[in-house]
Amino acid sequence: MKMKKILGLSLAAAMALSLGACGDSASSSNSASGSGNTGTSADSGETAEGGTLKIGGIGPLTGDNAAYGLAVQRGAQIAVDEINAEGGINGMTVEFSMEDDVSDAETSVNAYNSLKDWGMQMLLGTVTSAPCIAVVAETADDNMFQLTPSGTAVECLGDAGNAFRVCFSDPSQGTASADYISENSLGENIGIIYNSSDPYSTGIYENFVSEATSLGMSIVAEEAFTDDSKSDFSVQLQKCQDAGADLLFLPIYYQEASLILQQASNMGFAPSFFGVDGMDGVLTVENFDTSLAEGVMLLTPFAANSEDENVQAFVSAYQEQYGETPIQFAADAYDGIYAIKLAAEQAGITADMSASDICDAMKTAMTEIELVGVTGTIRWTEDGEPDKEPMAVVIENGEYVTM
Amino acid sequence: MSFLSYLINGISLGSVYAIIALGYTMVYGIAKMLNFAHGDVIMIGAYVVFTAMTGFQVNPVLAVIIAMVICTVLGIVIERVAYKPLRNASSNLAVLITAIGVSYLLQNIALLVFGADTKSFSSVVQLPSLVLGGGALTIQATTIVTIVANIVIMIALTLFVNRTKPGQAMQAVSEDRGAAELMGINVNGTIALTFAIGSALAAIAGALLCSAYSTLTPYTGAMPGIKAFVAAVFGGIGSIPGAMIGGLLLGVIENLSRAYISSEIADAIVFAVLIVVLLVKPAGLFGKNVQEKV
Amino acid sequence: MKRRMSKATVSSLSNYGLIIAIFIIVQICSAAGVLTNQIEGLLIPVCIYVIAAISLNLVVGISGELSLGHAGFMCVGAFSSALFSRLMEDALPTGPRFFIAIVIGALVAAFFGFLIGIPVLRLRGDYLAIVTLAFGEIIKNLLNIVYLGRDENGLHLARNAGGLQMSAEGDTIIKGAQGISGTPRDSSFLVGIILILVTLFIVQNIINSRTGRAIMAIRDNRIAAESIGINVTKYKLLAFTVSAALAGVAGALYSHNLSSLTVSRFDYNMSILILVYVVLGGIGSIKGSIIATVILYVLPEMLRFLQDYRMLIYAIVLIAMMLFNWSPASIAWRERIKEKFKRNKTKGVS
Repeated sequence: MKMKKILGLSLAAAMALSLGACGDSASSSNSASGSGNTGTSADSGETAEGGTLKIGGIGPLTGDNAAYGLAVQRGAQIAVDEINAEGGINGMTVEFSMEDDVSDAETSVNAYNSLKDWGMQMLLGTVTSAPCIAVVAETADDNMFQLTPSGTAVECLGDAGNAFRVCFSDPSQGTASADYISENSLGENIGIIYNSSDPYSTGIYENFVSEATSLGMSIVAEEAFTDDSKSDFSVQLQKCQDAGADLLFLPIYYQEASLILQQASNMGFAPSFFGVDGMDGVLTVENFDTSLAEGVMLLTPFAANSEDENVQAFVSAYQEQYGETPIQFAADAYDGIYAIKLAAEQAGITADMSASDICDAMKTAMTEIELVGVTGTIRWTEDGEPDKEPMAVVIENGEYVTM
Repeated sequence: MSFLSYLINGISLGSVYAIIALGYTMVYGIAKMLNFAHGDVIMIGAYVVFTAMTGFQVNPVLAVIIAMVICTVLGIVIERVAYKPLRNASSNLAVLITAIGVSYLLQNIALLVFGADTKSFSSVVQLPSLVLGGGALTIQATTIVTIVANIVIMIALTLFVNRTKPGQAMQAVSEDRGAAELMGINVNGTIALTFAIGSALAAIAGALLCSAYSTLTPYTGAMPGIKAFVAAVFGGIGSIPGAMIGGLLLGVIENLSRAYISSEIADAIVFAVLIVVLLVKPAGLFGKNVQEKV
Repeated sequence: MKRRMSKATVSSLSNYGLIIAIFIIVQICSAAGVLTNQIEGLLIPVCIYVIAAISLNLVVGISGELSLGHAGFMCVGAFSSALFSRLMEDALPTGPRFFIAIVIGALVAAFFGFLIGIPVLRLRGDYLAIVTLAFGEIIKNLLNIVYLGRDENGLHLARNAGGLQMSAEGDTIIKGAQGISGTPRDSSFLVGIILILVTLFIVQNIINSRTGRAIMAIRDNRIAAESIGINVTKYKLLAFTVSAALAGVAGALYSHNLSSLTVSRFDYNMSILILVYVVLGGIGSIKGSIIATVILYVLPEMLRFLQDYRMLIYAIVLIAMMLFNWSPASIAWRERIKEKFKRNKTKGVS
């Protein structure tokens, strides 16, 4: 009886391993472009005179947070394609390969290791915070240069100095939002709805509350939801309404925000809404009635309909390739790749340098560059934080208008 | 007034759980398996409705019917391909794991076909809300339709199971599969029929779930699926009124504890209540306490 | 029991042999430099899940109870051990600290297993399954709102960051949904292998003892077992608690392998994942659990070249493997093939 099972299992094992074995041989040739439909940017790269620079990416391409990972993959790919079309970085062709981590720390480290096997020289990632904290410990050990487009938690950068970020950190967003609301007296009684099972959301929420308290603002309702029950907000909204909130602060992602807007309107509750960068994308939710988002304010570094020439070029390229409007994640990734380009040029990176040498050179170069990107003009401090201005926008007629 | 509104929203949430739980319970009663893929059939149903309504401008009612047809076919195919070969396996855990595999499969197919981005689902119920007490209490039309649909489905199912030939065949198969077969009942056909009905209900549940909360992603079905499973157990798995009462109670408890205790640990409270109920009534509220044969 | 004692011993010894052989092979490959970073990175996680699968097998296979809350025990073990290590980071040297952390993880998880086991084990079958799932979710939900910090005044516990009221130098160790970060990464492949061997030792000794036979007797016929005087509650509880403790060990290994630990990872999906390993490997078969865990954990990583289709193919392979391993038709077919094979060799070895 037992032998039978083991026989069956080992047959199945053989089946699986043979599949796996194919994988090993194929992975090197197959990972040139992030996803199947992103064109053949780097296939010709092998012959370029400057060699190739391999940039790895890690983020959720499947699972609940896949929308963010896919946006990063696409945004980065557009930047890589543009750079390659213009002759690459220091003559090097850029190859970009994105691996899936399902927004999980453990899988993220696995993805990181498999990217190292691929020959990654720099890492653009990870997309979400908890995996980023785990991966930054690995990159610090390996002295691998890491630039996270969207890991907002403070710990995402570690303390080895090898990691930088494109987006704002949680504290800076929470504090900036409280300051902005207070300075412009946007609301008397503030209600907050946040996701207590999401580090991003709780991070901003906590910093917002502590800043708001010290500014003497009146917070009348603090309501949470979790990843396990994120479709019904009737109770949270009702409680905010009963508490007399005239401004709802929503430090959450746009998917839930779109629901909150919808459900608030259904129940006839109409306070002002104030969001952070995760709110960007609310206008792009398919089939969403954008009139509900009318008057929503948000602090975001990126606005897809900005007049800015760079932004226009990026947005139209993105729409052409993927048939949708880029969200802030895509913009962060796009800027991330260009930041790498600038810093690599500044540092004189060549393809034959080891990842560790590249990291040492990039660490210094990152603090010397100034990137005029689609998420604003960014300089970096030595501890890896971006120095850029948040932009407060309000949604009017389905478009962002600078406040 | 707020209490009333919490209660009504709870009933609405509970009604959706109840419809999903009906599908769980029926399949469990007949096939004695936890169909973990049920939640994902709901999600597929919702995507079909969404595509029909926004892509092809189909009338909502027709869209739901199309979704029911597609889900029915899907349910039968899943049963035939993935579950039937394992029906006589030495452990009933085997089919549970396969159901999990099917669940992953459906999620990833949806991810590839429809993309990861959230879709905003317009309600299939396009009627005005009911406003009571001069605006103090607003009840959405979707809520009312959900509750009514729930009651209608439960009555129809009860009648079907008790009054029709195929329904009685279902009861016979759930009571004793071997004996039913000897009596000339087509067991395979009956099980397939159960999956068909369960999946058609899943399509309705999907449409109502997404109408109530207007969001749709490839993972939409997973958590309501688990909660509905809890509801089915709550009411006594295998019992049709049990699933309905279990779903309603679950929804109301969840909403009220979110409102009056803490929104952070509402789920923990729901699960704690479930545990207490099961400790007092180990077979659920309406479950049959089967005497063991010695 | 049809199996003779000696066969059981052989089977147990062969499991130790398997683990040691894997360890030696990996060491040789590692020394020869043929291991990729990817494989090296997978070694510790594989150990973690092997321990989790073996311990779950004790409940599902040997005791015959369906538990869907195994991740909850891992979670408790992971958090308690990580908390200890963070608190004692400067006070103790690595070796003893990690050892104590693992013991703490095991004890705390065992305590929860015992606590939950008392009421829960009265239930049967799918009801037990749903209650264990519920406990797993409750643990996850509650840990999400635990904040714990330390400053010169001692420890502070609160349910949100503001409630901690710490001094400026305070260090917040558990941060609700953000969990614990910066746990020292003490886990290594060697420790993982040793812990697997310890797990095997404990589980196999239980199975091949009087206790194990009592547990299996309860599984096979509870009423008969009860009627000959076996204390059903005691033995079930024993298996459940030991299983929880070992899950806690796996959790401790987990939390000391990554520098970021969040509760959200330990949801019912993870419990189900471990259950998949156990069922695919053959319920009750320890060796099966080990092999299935290795295959199924490594498979999605090996499928990375498929990119967008990775998880889709994984799902299909999972279904196919289940059908192949479990469906009576396929078992009969395999029997026939084996018969043919035997006849050709004329002398069959069973």
